[in-house]
Amino acid sequence: MKHLLSVQDLGAEGVHEVMRLTDSFVEVSGRAIPRVPALRGKTVVSLFYEDSTRTRLSFETAAKRLSADTMTFSVSSSSVNKGESLRDTVETIEAMGIDAVVVRHKSSGVPWRIASWVNASVINAGDGWHQHPTQALLDCYTIRSRKGDLGGLRIAIVGDVMHSRVARSDVDAFAALGAEVLLVAPPTLLPASLEGWPVKITHSLDEVIGGLDVIYLLRIQRERMTEALLPSLREYRAVYGLTADRLRALRRDALVMHPGPMNRGVEIDAEAAEDERSVITAQVSNGVAVRMAVLYLLLGSGADLVAPPAGDQ
Amino acid sequence: MNGHALVIRGGEVVDHRGRRVADVAVRAGTITAVEPGIDAGPGVRVLDASGCVVAPGLVDLHAHLREPGGEAAETVETASRAAARGGYTAVVAMPNTDPPIDSAAVARQVLELGRHALCDVGVAGAITVGRKGEQLAPMAELADLGVRLFTDDGSGVQDTRLMRRALQYSLALGITLAQHCEDASLAAGGQMHEGTWSSKLGMPGIPAEAEELMVMRDIALVRLTGAPVHFLHLSTAGSVAMVRAAKDQGLPVTAEAAPHHFTLTHAEAESFDPVYKVNPPLRTDDDVAAVKRGLADGAIDAIATDHAPHTQEAKEAPWDEAPPGMLGLETALSLALTELGLPIDAVLALMSWQPARIAGLIEHGGPVAPGRPANVTVIDPAERWTVQPERLASRARNTPYAGRPLVGRVRHTVLRGEAVVVGGEAQR
Repeated sequence: MKHLLSVQDLGAEGVHEVMRLTDSFVEVSGRAIPRVPALRGKTVVSLFYEDSTRTRLSFETAAKRLSADTMTFSVSSSSVNKGESLRDTVETIEAMGIDAVVVRHKSSGVPWRIASWVNASVINAGDGWHQHPTQALLDCYTIRSRKGDLGGLRIAIVGDVMHSRVARSDVDAFAALGAEVLLVAPPTLLPASLEGWPVKITHSLDEVIGGLDVIYLLRIQRERMTEALLPSLREYRAVYGLTADRLRALRRDALVMHPGPMNRGVEIDAEAAEDERSVITAQVSNGVAVRMAVLYLLLGSGADLVAPPAGDQ
Repeated sequence: MNGHALVIRGGEVVDHRGRRVADVAVRAGTITAVEPGIDAGPGVRVLDASGCVVAPGLVDLHAHLREPGGEAAETVETASRAAARGGYTAVVAMPNTDPPIDSAAVARQVLELGRHALCDVGVAGAITVGRKGEQLAPMAELADLGVRLFTDDGSGVQDTRLMRRALQYSLALGITLAQHCEDASLAAGGQMHEGTWSSKLGMPGIPAEAEELMVMRDIALVRLTGAPVHFLHLSTAGSVAMVRAAKDQGLPVTAEAAPHHFTLTHAEAESFDPVYKVNPPLRTDDDVAAVKRGLADGAIDAIATDHAPHTQEAKEAPWDEAPPGMLGLETALSLALTELGLPIDAVLALMSWQPARIAGLIEHGGPVAPGRPANVTVIDPAERWTVQPERLASRARNTPYAGRPLVGRVRHTVLRGEAVVVGGEAQR
């Protein structure tokens, strides 16, 4: 596999493979020197057209733990602000001799365009409302590490599905691993058509919350009010928020997840974020190991997977 | 050039009067004879039309020539060369230039550029000043220059009262208002057709109803005012059905459809290549079928290209930053012949005499008869070719049909007696 653009690129078998590789890298991350030489000599560029400190740092940490060289191209300090086109920027970066480019862009589809222009591997770190495959992989890994397997689990994705790349990738990944996926949202925050989506829909969180194995809360953005998609954040919280009250309806063994950054008091109350069922912090720490697995899968030679770097440090 | 004599030999003449095997003799820009076995005589150029259809030149109601203001993408000259290669002898230039064609001065500039072009260039005037939808443009002044179509194309006139007034005002001038039907608030932010693909691809959608609401409103305004309306680039099954019903009621409405709306669907957006971004957007299979049906049964009067050149840089942007629009002039006829399954005289009705009538272009659209201006295109309906963007005459390259095999191609185009295209190649 050359690029990771969407979960569908991987398929169920590919997702399983990433999970298995991630197990190894979780072990590496636990070492005193969490570093292996697997990608020594490789160069990974993060090309972030949209601010995302956590995803960028997660990728860069993953690349460094694999001994790859990293470069960061952030738009605010670049020639993009001088009017350079997307294609020119990408071709300029590639001319520096790179092996992979990690792309975040506010517009859906940009990683596909870049993949059509360059020889390097392209990793989608989030495009518009479309896909965020490594988030879905770390979500799967987090669930798998608690539940053993996603097969047959009942997972609700709650909130702004329409504008969410996380939701689109998670639906594909969870369904590929055999989970039953439920979308819980007001009709204004669902995509216009769900034809072909492997999901069930409900508009009532209270009706389903007691039967969930996983509740996955999506971030609500404030501009949704000005677009007349919601009357108010207060009303959203009352109907769809994981409040302290609703937390009581959730099973003891259920998981609470959120891709971050959280709006505490809107989609998730502080009590829920800090509840023992919350795995939100584990999602972040698994992110590094999952991204190591993805980089290794795309760029690795197959050797040197977990050996400590000889003579390094 | 007009003094040159030529004979178009060996073809079958097809115009609104019918079909007959005949040669066509031209002198001084005028057709002098249409009969079998014309003797060319010395010094008379002969254009071979064997196996070909000899038809009145095509007429495009809807082309963005980009001049003034967008010369990096296209000029009147380059667009006219593309038009001539596509079989057109006349195109109507849309007014969304920079500055827009909302004054006699800009209209005169474009008309003047058109005098040197490889096809006749008519202009459409804006309905409102600056195409802003706020104040009527000087339509009488523009009508005095021969402008017969008016539109704010690129956007629709949103204000219903203003549109009503514009239609009333048009009644005194013998002109037709043409609408880009799109309810701006419903379409706001939309990047493609709203449906299965926009949902999957995570792109803001433009529902079919954004177009249909304005078609519905304007049909009501036609009923209210009695003024004619021409509907630009219909793209949805609902729009076609409403226009068909309005015609059945005897209302003075006409409509056009663009080739991309009967050949491509929203599934193309999966590539995220903005070469497929266009407004109105590519729709569903059902909409494509409805547009084809409308072209076959008369609900839609004309095929218009909506030729919209854009620079490579503009189209190499992210989808939502790229401008909408695609090239059309050099592929429209071949797509119609290849994809519609209609007899060639029906295709020519949609591309020549019916649009000529809508645009009021009396020198175009035939018939191919002695005394008529020699605006003629010669079409080889059997030629197979493949679209190669780098070989197009347009300055821009944004065709969505690269690599597509087509059947039927223009061999020669004659503009007022001048052979501007011979053997598929522009002569200047």
